[in-house]
Amino acid sequence: MINVTINGCHIQVPKETTILEAAEKCGAHIPTLCHMNLGELGIVNQSSSCRVCMVEVAGRPALVPSCSEKVTEGMVITTDSLRSITARRMSVELLLSNHPKECLTCAKNLECELQSLAQELGIREIKWEGERLDYPKDQSSYSLVKDPNKCVMCRRCETMCNDVQTCGILSAVNRGFGAFVGPAFNMDMADTSCTFCGQCVAVCPTAALTEVNNTHLVWRELNNKNRHVVVQVAPAIRVAIGEMFHMAPGEITTGKIAAALRRLGFDGVFDTDFAADLTIMEEASELVHRIQHQGTLPMLTSCCPAWVKFFEHQFPDMLDIPSTCKSPQVMFGAIAKTYYAEKKQINPHDITVVSIMPCLAKKAEAKRPEFTKEEDSNVDIVITTREFAQMMKEAGIDFANLEDQPFDSMMGESTGASVIFGTTGGVIEAAARTAYEWITGDTLENVEFKALRGLEGIREATITIGDMDLRIGIAHELGNARKLLEDIRDGKSSFHAIEIMACPGGCIGGGGQPYHHGNMEIIKKRQEAIYREDQGKAKRKSHENEEVLRLYEEYLGKPYGEKAHDLLHTHYIAREKI
Amino acid sequence: MSQPVLQTSKNQAEVASLPQEHYETLETYINSLKDKKGSLIHVLHKAQELFGYLPPEVQLFIARKLDIPGAKVFGVVSFYSYFTTKPVGKHKISVCMGTACFVRGAEKIVDAFKNELGVQNGETTPDGLFTLKDVRCIGACGLAPVVFLDDQVFGHVTVDGVKEILKKYRKGNENAY
Repeated sequence: MINVTINGCHIQVPKETTILEAAEKCGAHIPTLCHMNLGELGIVNQSSSCRVCMVEVAGRPALVPSCSEKVTEGMVITTDSLRSITARRMSVELLLSNHPKECLTCAKNLECELQSLAQELGIREIKWEGERLDYPKDQSSYSLVKDPNKCVMCRRCETMCNDVQTCGILSAVNRGFGAFVGPAFNMDMADTSCTFCGQCVAVCPTAALTEVNNTHLVWRELNNKNRHVVVQVAPAIRVAIGEMFHMAPGEITTGKIAAALRRLGFDGVFDTDFAADLTIMEEASELVHRIQHQGTLPMLTSCCPAWVKFFEHQFPDMLDIPSTCKSPQVMFGAIAKTYYAEKKQINPHDITVVSIMPCLAKKAEAKRPEFTKEEDSNVDIVITTREFAQMMKEAGIDFANLEDQPFDSMMGESTGASVIFGTTGGVIEAAARTAYEWITGDTLENVEFKALRGLEGIREATITIGDMDLRIGIAHELGNARKLLEDIRDGKSSFHAIEIMACPGGCIGGGGQPYHHGNMEIIKKRQEAIYREDQGKAKRKSHENEEVLRLYEEYLGKPYGEKAHDLLHTHYIAREKI
Repeated sequence: MSQPVLQTSKNQAEVASLPQEHYETLETYINSLKDKKGSLIHVLHKAQELFGYLPPEVQLFIARKLDIPGAKVFGVVSFYSYFTTKPVGKHKISVCMGTACFVRGAEKIVDAFKNELGVQNGETTPDGLFTLKDVRCIGACGLAPVVFLDDQVFGHVTVDGVKEILKKYRKGNENAY
């Protein structure tokens, strides 16, 4: 242990503790901007570039950045001296001197960490009006908008893109005043190997990286009397959206979501969970088929569109490994415009499918040419959890006090298995529950496969199903996925099935979720809530979903059959790595 | 979602005709390196020595050979002013913008070159004869304002002198027009 004195408070802290961490133990809050620590998920940004967390250390002539400086024996630190407070304020004032001050209309208004810092430090005037950058905005993709003029060079996005996701799309470009973070050769983001996972957006402290906002498109459809507008909402949203209405992280709001969507005027209020159960019917069938017919193993899940785009760019030689199942979002759209349209006797061309997703990659996924049929997309408009909350605020919906309502029938029923799709480990657990009963013919009494749960980046478990040991691998964050894929390529992998989700924690930590601002507790609370929702469900196995079973009976025929293949399966494209 | 395509650069014609043997020399050089990922700067120097400049295609070639992201290579190339992504002319004009030269009117000299050549700083004339670039102090302050043309030093340069200098270098290059 190391003895340090911080603002007169004597404490002992373990070796390798930073001044910032030690100060927190003394109750001394030091403001930060570039710093981010989600250490439990392997995500740490310690670029020390913003110079906001400067403190005084006795015997050192210059101030030191507390976020990266480690404590040493006998260190005497002052965090609240006039000198450090003045230096901090000047750092922020200089950041503001060339920052576009359009806060009132900025996409990050009230969510911006630079804005809160200016508030926290009591900055009431911009002392210096500096020269501004004038780089073009990149709006080339369906998922994200990049505005280099709002970049503060914190390098968080670079850490996510390079160290965590290992995509290597974003790098610091140019030097000095003109420096910003961008892709190779100033290419459009749409032309790079970006997976659109949106984790750069999730961690950007300002509006240098934001989502493509589609709310106006949804309003337009809702107000068009000739359109039949149906909506689906993904599992991870019900445990997160409350945060945007001052509810505690991890509050389950499923019933309120259905009520709010009905209030907004959707003609059909449905649940992506229904499609998740449908996905399990197809995916578990495919897995059983591959195992029984000596097919390619391991089989990898394909629900996550960022993961799909990742392997298309990074492992184009291994396109036969992932499941051919479309993602639940796209399956839902395909069923809405065929089965649902037929049942309701609505022309599919008159149906608009809106998805509410915790994800930015889902926006790009919906536009993939494979997912259009007769010029109609399976899914027409995708908005994120944040955009959905924005729409409710615009409409004056008091979300926190809404009475619970159910989803509409036909595509609204769901089991506990589909709820857990929202977290890392959930898809494969759902598949295991179904595969177990299908392979053994027995009833699975304890449906909770605890070995598959958790937040470690890579997890492995063996599940005994009858006389077979099913070896399962799980990875979240694409850097971890890369490790599993390299093992497969090198012939070192012995898994039967692998689940991969691109975002930390899975969809609960998605790029479209309410901003967590680096608070790990929020992600944990969302995960706990997902499992709580599963526990509360009467049915917890996908193959018990009666609406899904009716869909097969009345329309699709057999799982993994011909019609199911046509509507619910896809293929992958080898793409260039840049 | 189409196959990713490299943004086409202005110099696509030149890019298309980049000599294959330079790529081969570069690859041999890269293969001879022990620590590939840590040798980016050396590889970029070698590549610029071979090709004369570092267009996206060459940067991407390097990225793939070193197994690092293209964005990383571009980040380094854009950071160091030594590296250039555009073809360089036959003659390189470096106008010193150090303090001494600056106070003695280096800015006017740069403007005179810009006017005479019809290019901006860092650009190359369409005939490929001259590249204009301002540089930091070159340590010849006694001769301020100073212009370097390739390895020739011109001291006490005046606006009228600019024309004279260019005339000298254009001579014997008439075929270039």
